[in-house]
Amino acid sequence: MLRQAIERLGNRTIQGVWRIGYASRFFVAMLLHSGTAFRRFGLTIREMYFSGVLSLIIILVSGLFVGMVLGLQGYETLQRYGSESALGTLVALSLVRELGPVLAGLLFASRAGSAITAEIGLMKATEQLSAMEMMAVDPIARVVAPRFWAGVISMPLLAALFSAMGIFGGYLVGVRLIGVDEGSFWSQMQGAVDFEQDILNGVIKSAVFGVAVTTIALFEGYDAPPTAEGVSRATTRTVVTSSLAVLALDFILTAFMFRGLN
Amino acid sequence: MQNDTLVEIEDAVFGYGERPVLKGINLTAKRGQVVAIMGSSGCGKTTLLRLIGGQVKAGQGTVRVAGESLGELDRAGLYRLRRKMGMLFQFGALFTDMSVFDNVAFQLREHTDLPEDAIRDLVLMKLHAVGLRGAADLMPSELSGGMARRVALARAIALDPALVMYDEPFAGLDPISLGVTGNLIRRLTDTLGLTSLVVTHDVQESLKIVDYVYFVSEGVIVAEGSAEEIRASDLPYVHQFVHGEADGPVPFHYPAPSYADDLQLGGQGA
Repeated sequence: MLRQAIERLGNRTIQGVWRIGYASRFFVAMLLHSGTAFRRFGLTIREMYFSGVLSLIIILVSGLFVGMVLGLQGYETLQRYGSESALGTLVALSLVRELGPVLAGLLFASRAGSAITAEIGLMKATEQLSAMEMMAVDPIARVVAPRFWAGVISMPLLAALFSAMGIFGGYLVGVRLIGVDEGSFWSQMQGAVDFEQDILNGVIKSAVFGVAVTTIALFEGYDAPPTAEGVSRATTRTVVTSSLAVLALDFILTAFMFRGLN
Repeated sequence: MQNDTLVEIEDAVFGYGERPVLKGINLTAKRGQVVAIMGSSGCGKTTLLRLIGGQVKAGQGTVRVAGESLGELDRAGLYRLRRKMGMLFQFGALFTDMSVFDNVAFQLREHTDLPEDAIRDLVLMKLHAVGLRGAADLMPSELSGGMARRVALARAIALDPALVMYDEPFAGLDPISLGVTGNLIRRLTDTLGLTSLVVTHDVQESLKIVDYVYFVSEGVIVAEGSAEEIRASDLPYVHQFVHGEADGPVPFHYPAPSYADDLQLGGQGA
């Protein structure tokens, strides 16, 4: 009994390590074969449409609601200390530093990541990737790399739009609905948000999330067993793994970026 | 003689993990021939095609295509050689996000710098050859199984390859599509001067069109010959296969303990 349990544990560990190694090799191969994605940028733009533009609705609507909730909650707390004029700062900093990149990353994982995994997995299951290889076209260069760069480029743009929409939502609730002074809302925000410390760090975060989510999604699809069950499991794994990766990476990046602040 | 031979396999051995699939295969295909590789499901036929296409490498032995040994080629060399090969996958493997036209144009766009109107002419010619010029604007999801396979055939011959491989081209087709596909393989081979390698278990359809047949069973070639020789063969395995008999050298029953023991009939059984 005990021996079997230990054997199973060992087996799983070996498999896990092997998979991480395989994923790393996949990542390196993807970077090495990125030439096509830039030489024929049309391929990448096409994928940006599928994973970026088609994610816009969910990103914009979510951003608006998150901002509106921030407006309500922020005002409720700030007015206790008589500092409701700082509402603009609170909304903008929360969004640009944290909520924009993280929530956009999570939404991107479930909207675009799952679609990428399912598409690549089905292309593999229906032998489209083998067919491409037999036609002397490398699927990593032709199919995988353009999707990767499309995700890496789209993610910061989506996060920025999420934050912008959120700030607008906070403005709607705080200024238009509750009646916080419009001038102090915007001027305090302008004064408090630093381009390098806040905005640029947010952009870096969202780019890192883009790399993580698209890499996981592409690898899971590429590695999926070529069956209906295999593809469905891979899609689930993409959403779970990349969501956890976004949250964990966010903690690590935040710890590094805002260490010297305060 | 040497120039006449396009594909040459000598003592090829291959296995997935520890499970041996091919245990020493010898096979040659001459230019201009339609060669069939037959055998029951799971006997290693498809693996043989993957070996010739360089998707897997032989553990031992050599595989030569157009005089080049696949085992010695690097990636670039393999990709160069693959431009001389076309492959028809079992269910076509068309790119589902592209139209029929773009599927056939794929290799031309990837591998040549031809202007778009030249590509258009070439694609329409290939589609005309398979009778589907009128379907150029359809998407793969709008095609029947037989049509999808004909489009895939047009795509496979887009770059005028020397060798075309067919993985089960007859599986799941209605009798009309079956005849159409068989005739197409023969006609394209003759008119374009190709060599065709057909992996199939459809005996009647393929015996009509092939020049030479190899029978594979359990990883080795058990019989070979021209279509007439195969029809007349009295080798038990070939006879069973050609006439579709349920029992013979390939048993109907999967290996199992004795029936009586399994039903726990003890001594009461016959």
